[in-house]
Amino acid sequence: MIATLVRRLWLAPVLLACWELLARAQASPYLPAPTRIASWMYERWFSGPYVLTEEAVDNFVPSLVRVVGSWSVAVVAGVALGVAIGRMAWLSDYVDPLVEFGRAVPPPAMLPVFLVLFTMGTQVQVATIVFGVVWPILLNSIDGARNVDPLQLETAAVFGVPARLRLLRIILPSASPKIFAGLRLSVSLALILMVISELKGSTDGIGYLLSTASNNADMPGLWAGVVVLGVLGYALNSLFLMAERRVLTWHRGARRTA
Amino acid sequence: MTITATLAGRGRISPSRARLAKYLRHATGVAVFILAWELAGRTGLISWLPAASTSLARVAQLAADPAFLADLASTLTAAAVGLPLAVLVAVPVGLLLGTVPVVEEMTRAIVEFLRPIPSVALIPLAMFFFQPEINAKVALIVYAASWPILINTLYGVRDVDPVATETLRSFGFGPGAVIWRVSLPSAAPFIFTGVRLAASITLILAISVEYVVGGAGGIGAFLIQASTGIGADAMVDVIATLVWAGLVGLVVNTLLLRAERRLFRWRHA
Repeated sequence: MIATLVRRLWLAPVLLACWELLARAQASPYLPAPTRIASWMYERWFSGPYVLTEEAVDNFVPSLVRVVGSWSVAVVAGVALGVAIGRMAWLSDYVDPLVEFGRAVPPPAMLPVFLVLFTMGTQVQVATIVFGVVWPILLNSIDGARNVDPLQLETAAVFGVPARLRLLRIILPSASPKIFAGLRLSVSLALILMVISELKGSTDGIGYLLSTASNNADMPGLWAGVVVLGVLGYALNSLFLMAERRVLTWHRGARRTA
Repeated sequence: MTITATLAGRGRISPSRARLAKYLRHATGVAVFILAWELAGRTGLISWLPAASTSLARVAQLAADPAFLADLASTLTAAAVGLPLAVLVAVPVGLLLGTVPVVEEMTRAIVEFLRPIPSVALIPLAMFFFQPEINAKVALIVYAASWPILINTLYGVRDVDPVATETLRSFGFGPGAVIWRVSLPSAAPFIFTGVRLAASITLILAISVEYVVGGAGGIGAFLIQASTGIGADAMVDVIATLVWAGLVGLVVNTLLLRAERRLFRWRHA
């Protein structure tokens, strides 16, 4: 048990130690030692009355709310629209090229539209994240809802299963593996769009901290921002994977028996 | 007469006619969208939205605008340099991690921590390490585009039929030959899917760097200039550039998808 842990984890501390030695030997301002970054993070962000300092609360919380809130909006909108379009075969031929185009637009290119519209503030972040992230969700929901086994639907229709139940018990479950494939892409994309929209058009948030650190050439601050974003990305991804495993357990079981 | 004709038509629609009907529906969808956009812009229903005709005319003008074309070329060059470099970095690393479990095990923790860092967060750091801006742009593209290629290579190599590798090994082929003759070809479809995913990340990163940094040229720099204009004019320029960015993304994605289908047809058969 301990042997496996050591075998899996020994490289990271070794690399950090090498970085530390290299940074001390070079004394280059661009490459601060890991201990220096850690102490910078502690002083600025984690030495407050309830662990977090005021600066940390004022910037971490808005970022978190924006990314989670906007992602949720995009998920609800994307799945609802996607399932509706996917179930109406005649409609999907009409909207396909538009959805394909929407997905092909590199999302950061939409940021200026919202910056011209709203100049600054949370609206910019919400709009950028929602419009950037909704496409993979929409596309996968359409695809998933379109390929529901017709036999199951016809059986349900014969037995007079009401439409609401057909949606909840047949269409959504059978589309969910596809939908989750889209959601997985959207989580990391949402974080990317949060950062870039805060770098450019915000007065708070982790991206804003990065941009002030960059303006002040505050290298430990820049590294600290990257570390915090890495932890945030890791946490969001793990949460998502946990939820996915929960929801899709039946799917893996069904595939194993098939 | 007409009834029998429609009945006959419904009985067997030739595939080419079905395809034509589909394209017609595609075209109708796009036309309705543009019409709705035009109406929303003209009537002032969406006050900030320039009409479709104005925006699309600007799209056409941009095709002859040397400043825009230079920026477009700059973005595409960075992407075209960065993507192959990412393949050169990520495929060997993926093969190594996929074939030597010990290496995979000891680097897993590092990979798991580095992968979720949003690559755009590295833009300010990269500006200090790589000068001029074009180098930072390419470096970030290589970094961000490497991940999907690396992960897909890893999965592809793990998916290789062990009977094939064992057979080769028992006939006395060395590890290099086994990788070259079995692992790499059978992982190739996975790797290509990774490259296709990486291509869209390449564009995202290129435009992000250009837009955040400003000095790096490219579509992102053009967007900065466009959006500093005033009011409605700025919006026309921004939307026209957006349409171009979408077209570029669409062309790149379609080409790679076609190539993927053509190259790996044997896999689906």
